[in-house]
Amino acid sequence: MKVITAKTITQTVADLCAQANFVLRKDVLSRLKAAWRKEANKRAKDILKATIDNSALAQRQRLAICQDTGLPCVFVELGQEVIVKGDFKKAINKGIEIGYREGYLRASIIKDPLARGVSGYSPAIIHIDVVPGKRLKLTVLPKGFGCENKTQLKMFKPTEEITQIKKFIIEAAKAAGPDACPPFVIGVGIGGSAEYACLLAKKALLKNIQLKPARLEKELLQEINKLNIGPMGLGGKTTALAVHIETFPTHIAGLPVAVNISCHALRSAAKIL
Amino acid sequence: MPDVKSLIRKLKVGETLCFSGVIFTARDQAHKRLVAVLKNKNKLPIDLRGAIIYYCGPTKTPKGKVIGSCGPTTSSRMDSFAPTLLKSGVLGMIGKGRRAPEVVQAIKKYKGVYFLTYAGCGALLAKYVQKAKPVAYPELGPEAIYKLEVKNFPLIVGIDSKGRNVYGAH
Repeated sequence: MKVITAKTITQTVADLCAQANFVLRKDVLSRLKAAWRKEANKRAKDILKATIDNSALAQRQRLAICQDTGLPCVFVELGQEVIVKGDFKKAINKGIEIGYREGYLRASIIKDPLARGVSGYSPAIIHIDVVPGKRLKLTVLPKGFGCENKTQLKMFKPTEEITQIKKFIIEAAKAAGPDACPPFVIGVGIGGSAEYACLLAKKALLKNIQLKPARLEKELLQEINKLNIGPMGLGGKTTALAVHIETFPTHIAGLPVAVNISCHALRSAAKIL
Repeated sequence: MPDVKSLIRKLKVGETLCFSGVIFTARDQAHKRLVAVLKNKNKLPIDLRGAIIYYCGPTKTPKGKVIGSCGPTTSSRMDSFAPTLLKSGVLGMIGKGRRAPEVVQAIKKYKGVYFLTYAGCGALLAKYVQKAKPVAYPELGPEAIYKLEVKNFPLIVGIDSKGRNVYGAH
């Protein structure tokens, strides 16, 4: 058995909040640079340059990459042989509070979705997965809501043609359009139940976007980049940097498909304890 | 001091420019409150006449800095409020993304303008802010109204005073 204290978890989460918000993921930055290199449209090229400059400035000055420092989503892979000493979820939320406060990040979370009221930093959305082994992996994904608001779920018939599923994913990118800060990273969840497909779509955003895409991912990316939405929706070669699909077994009567879009400021940071 | 009103009327859709002057931040909750104040004929916390509203909720200001990260938020969430504010004298709006047809029409009617600025580039845009001061609804935190003095703030004309839209007709 391995013992991990609540204090360690709090400190790790706090550090991950800062890292995610100040340092753009290497894979995302590298894809943005590639998009900038191949762009011919001057305005699109200028905008891509601004996003690249922005990430350098954010890192150097420890300023948030985007003022929407997101709804913090925390993904936990908890080894079965790990014992957490103390209140696990409280430790995570305390880490969020510290990381956001000390990083001068934005207080974007309101306690009551209907009454709204004064905003604060927590609670985070916490997903815990129990896995074999002695390790604890913590991933912080601060999800901006300009793009989260564009999430779509559709429960297809099990006999539906793949062309219709592709169309739905492409239409979701189109609907997000200029509002959700393209170029996007598009997370897709296929299978499971309604809520699980949504979780898969979000988890798809955690994958390294420089990995070789599967055939369907590649086809979708090509189609989406033909939309000419481009950076800020003003046209250009790159509407999406990547499409990632996560799948899971599902019921004979259904075929859930969820699309979770990320803006170009796709931020996440992870650590294994 | 040039006449901002006449300058705005000369702007053409798609044009890029740098703005130096005063802008006010306001997003969802501030808009809701401003429109309620106007409806009830109460006193406005800021003078809207000739104002440029920036759809922005900055991060907290780090020590030694003027402002935190301060990029634009999605403009369409303010669509239901924008025509009322334009009618009350607001001249320009800065944000990201598309606007509803009624906003385009109101911009045309009141000869205003809608600007876009670099989306998702809050750290970069902070460079152009020289002063920042909360002037209304401080209890709203990042949604308070801040008066910003900006220099060479980069803008793209999204919808001009003739109602021409960079995203095309809806």
